[in-house]
Amino acid sequence: MRNMCQFSKEQLMLIIYQHSFAVDDIVLYLDSHPDDGQALEYFREHNHIRNQALKEYARRFGPLTIETANDTASQSWQWIQTKWPWEGGAC
Amino acid sequence: MWNYEKRLQYPVNITRPNAQIAQVIMSQYGGPDGEMGASMRYLSQRFAMPNRQAMGMLTDIGTEELAHLEIVATIVTQLTRDLTPEELKKYGFDKYYVDHTVGIWPQAAGGIPFNACEFQSKGDPITDLFEDMAAEQKARTTYDNILRLVTDPEVADPIRFLRAREIVHFQRFGETLRILQEQLNSKNFYAFNPSYDAPVKCNCDNNCR
Repeated sequence: MRNMCQFSKEQLMLIIYQHSFAVDDIVLYLDSHPDDGQALEYFREHNHIRNQALKEYARRFGPLTIETANDTASQSWQWIQTKWPWEGGAC
Repeated sequence: MWNYEKRLQYPVNITRPNAQIAQVIMSQYGGPDGEMGASMRYLSQRFAMPNRQAMGMLTDIGTEELAHLEIVATIVTQLTRDLTPEELKKYGFDKYYVDHTVGIWPQAAGGIPFNACEFQSKGDPITDLFEDMAAEQKARTTYDNILRLVTDPEVADPIRFLRAREIVHFQRFGETLRILQEQLNSKNFYAFNPSYDAPVKCNCDNNCR
């Protein structure tokens, strides 16, 4: 994956949506096929991109997860400062 | 969106089964003041909140309540492990057993099934936050009642943790209510629904928290 810095907010969000869903979906498959090496590789690849994108998004636009809440540049608690999903945030 | 963490928020390790106390603790799963009602209450109410702090508090406490639901279910499961039908009958667990074996199903200690009337979501943040503070106190009372019945320290320990969290949540909801009341429009003397009738002075649009 290229450097995450080059992506806009919208592009990063799209990356997060796509790769997170790939992870959600392959997790179910791996639950019933735990020894499928190809599926494991697919999981690793998408999970890595997802984590990178979440970190970069948190740094520049505020955290989407508690795990990345510390990656922001702000001194205050950013978690409650950006829009919640039902307000139209993160889309 | 939610993700699962494969651990309990507080460890549970019960080595002495007791189906009688399981029947009592089960109320905190699907009873009137149980964790199922708590989680659904907060996760439903947050959509009508007028500021992001309240939205965040309900999201985060609602999420923690899901973890509490898991702790209560673990306690009930471990208390009903390895019991014969005769032992279950001796403990008075036969009425539950006949319908659910020893599976987890949301009901009150007296057998009344969970339903959505166990919680309120009124679309009025002031109303809902008062409801939430009362709910935390009711759950704390229930845990106090359970602790008077429990003699096994392995059971009492996680119950004490859950009881303490009710107290913390009561405090946090109190602060959320105070913050919200401070933001009410000064002409809204009687604290009418700030999400519907009389918008709060500082809302998400002008972003002054």
